[in-house]
Amino acid sequence: MNRIKTFIQDAGWPRIIIGLFLIALFIAAPSVKVRVDTSLSDTFTRFGMNAVMVLAMVPMIQAGCGLNFGLPLGIIAGLLGAVLTIEIGFTGALGFLTAIIIASGFALIFGYGYGVLLNRVKGDEMMIATYVGFSSVAFMCMVWLLVPLKSPNMIWGYGGSGLRTTITVEDYWLKILNDFLAVKIGEKFVFPTGMFLFCALLCLIIWAFFKTKTGTALTAVGSNPDFARASGIKINKMRTISVVLSTWLGAIGILVYQQSFGFIQLYMGPFYMAFPAVAAILIGGASVNKASISNVLIGTFLFQGILTMTPSVINSVIQTDMSEVIRIIVSNGMIIYALTRVVKARAVK
Amino acid sequence: MKKIKFTKEGLIHFLSSNAVPIMFIILSLFAIPLSGFSINYLVQELLTRLGRNSFLVLSLLIPIIAGMGLNFGMVLGAMAGQIGLLFVTDWGVAGIPGLSLAAIIATPLAALLGYLCGKILNKAKGREMVTGFILAFLMDGIYQLLVLYGMGSVIPIKSSGLVLSRGYGIRNAVNLVGVRQSLDDLIPLSIAGLKIPLVTFMVIAFFCLFIVWFRKTKLGQDMRALGQDMAVSDSAGIPVEKTRIIAIIISTILACYGQIIFLQNIGTMNTYGSHNQTGMFSIAALLIGGASVSRASISNVFLGVILFHLMFVVSPMAGKTLIGSAMLGEYFRVFISYGIIAIALVLHAWKRQKERERERLSLRLGNGTAVKAGE
Repeated sequence: MNRIKTFIQDAGWPRIIIGLFLIALFIAAPSVKVRVDTSLSDTFTRFGMNAVMVLAMVPMIQAGCGLNFGLPLGIIAGLLGAVLTIEIGFTGALGFLTAIIIASGFALIFGYGYGVLLNRVKGDEMMIATYVGFSSVAFMCMVWLLVPLKSPNMIWGYGGSGLRTTITVEDYWLKILNDFLAVKIGEKFVFPTGMFLFCALLCLIIWAFFKTKTGTALTAVGSNPDFARASGIKINKMRTISVVLSTWLGAIGILVYQQSFGFIQLYMGPFYMAFPAVAAILIGGASVNKASISNVLIGTFLFQGILTMTPSVINSVIQTDMSEVIRIIVSNGMIIYALTRVVKARAVK
Repeated sequence: MKKIKFTKEGLIHFLSSNAVPIMFIILSLFAIPLSGFSINYLVQELLTRLGRNSFLVLSLLIPIIAGMGLNFGMVLGAMAGQIGLLFVTDWGVAGIPGLSLAAIIATPLAALLGYLCGKILNKAKGREMVTGFILAFLMDGIYQLLVLYGMGSVIPIKSSGLVLSRGYGIRNAVNLVGVRQSLDDLIPLSIAGLKIPLVTFMVIAFFCLFIVWFRKTKLGQDMRALGQDMAVSDSAGIPVEKTRIIAIIISTILACYGQIIFLQNIGTMNTYGSHNQTGMFSIAALLIGGASVSRASISNVFLGVILFHLMFVVSPMAGKTLIGSAMLGEYFRVFISYGIIAIALVLHAWKRQKERERERLSLRLGNGTAVKAGE
């Protein structure tokens, strides 16, 4: 009994409810004629698509910069990488790699600026991050409209200038990771091995990074800045590194997302993309100042699982698509829970 | 407000503390000729928009006084107002009685939501803004659950024009034909061809007076003390949590009335969208008026509404003249709305951090160990 109690305390009620809800959905699926194998396959694909963007939360949370609501900034770096690569005209693996390289360049620049900014506003990072994300997306809307790119696959057909709202990557790197070593079981189940390997690689890099001296110092800054300063760690430098890393992961994350999704979404596309990622890592058990790779994996699976299962299952049960409302309530409820809980824990101390 | 002396220092102080409004005035001076709108048209637009939006922006003032920052949770009040209007439209109550009834229905709802919001914000001290911001998203989900699935099935809605063809849920756009501009046109007045929503202005003026009076009451003074220093107020015997909740409740109820006034002017309600923009536009307007996260006055409200909406009106046309694309002006407007909030938040946080650092430095110097303020 005690064990169950500690488990509940560790995991927290919201997480358990969400987990049970997902299990219930999977159990209920066959009885309403929703195929479990298709659902699982979809869940895995969506997991792979989103995992890297959720991973982008980890460095900043660990360094005490809070939840990275400024993810759109990283996403913009990724979009720039993708768009410029299409303009150059590289396709396939080469194209994807070029996109990653260009995106990394932009992510470093953006991340550095963003990091310096956040260093000046300690304690208010989250709200400012949100609006930095929003305003950079709005700013890029103007850039997409005016940027002098020429590739006919990207610009509006009638005007001859300005990028389209969605650009297909079909001729470039559609499913380049998904199809790599993909395992097909039965008719409907496809396991996107390549995408999982890629995500695993990035997780491994981040995990290894946190084992290095810099990584440990970064965690120390997040856990106790005063202690970190006393032991000679340069706080601002560590925070900047974490922000750059988060931004970079955001840039890579959107590229992974796009190659599976098939489209590059410009203009207001990245606007709300930070919120699902934030919700996912919180569902996975992270708090506002502590996060781990396992939080990322569990959280992304639970959150994407619910997003995949609710439309099909709930739709079949009550003939209404309530998935959007459920998504809004689950994700934002989780963020509110996390934001209010930290202070409580501190008060207990 | 301190009187500004006309010296060089005073001028610099004036410029730096009013940088945002001055920037916007200059921007508008460039954009107005480009847009090609007549002055008459612009003045009419501004009068309409002042009546439409001022009340909403005013609702933000009290939480700022109480040191809770910009109340992103005002969206909750807007939702309550919309639910009130939905019922009134359904029952077919028109005109001023309709508006009053909507307000009467919405008030307890707004108070309840405000109480809830205050409770949650008390658990998230120091990050009220981001919590309120996310809370608005969460309540939007619950609002959708209620309006899109609950109304017409659990909650009876009798007029079929409101309900979606599937039998339940409210339509995307609701025509508020009964209450449309009933407050604005209660006493019709036009001067030199300009239509002036006199009663709306009177209501707004009344609430300005309310705020001025409120600041002088015991409760208002308590809130100001809270805004200065929460710990000190606590030891001075001010019930911190309770006062904060009251501040949010008042703000939410005012936002609810504000949304009702806003929608009666527009005349149609975007059931699932109107409230979401309310928060962002009101906050951007207040900040453009020269307010900050911790300091805002009534004059900031009106200056902000005028400048923000002036840009709102002229920027698409100005963009079209400049680059031949109205879309650019539109994006520019969106960028400015978000950018200005970002800049205001950054400036505020930066200032606060510098003050903290200065305090720490003086503490260190006081101890006789002159350490360079490192990180």
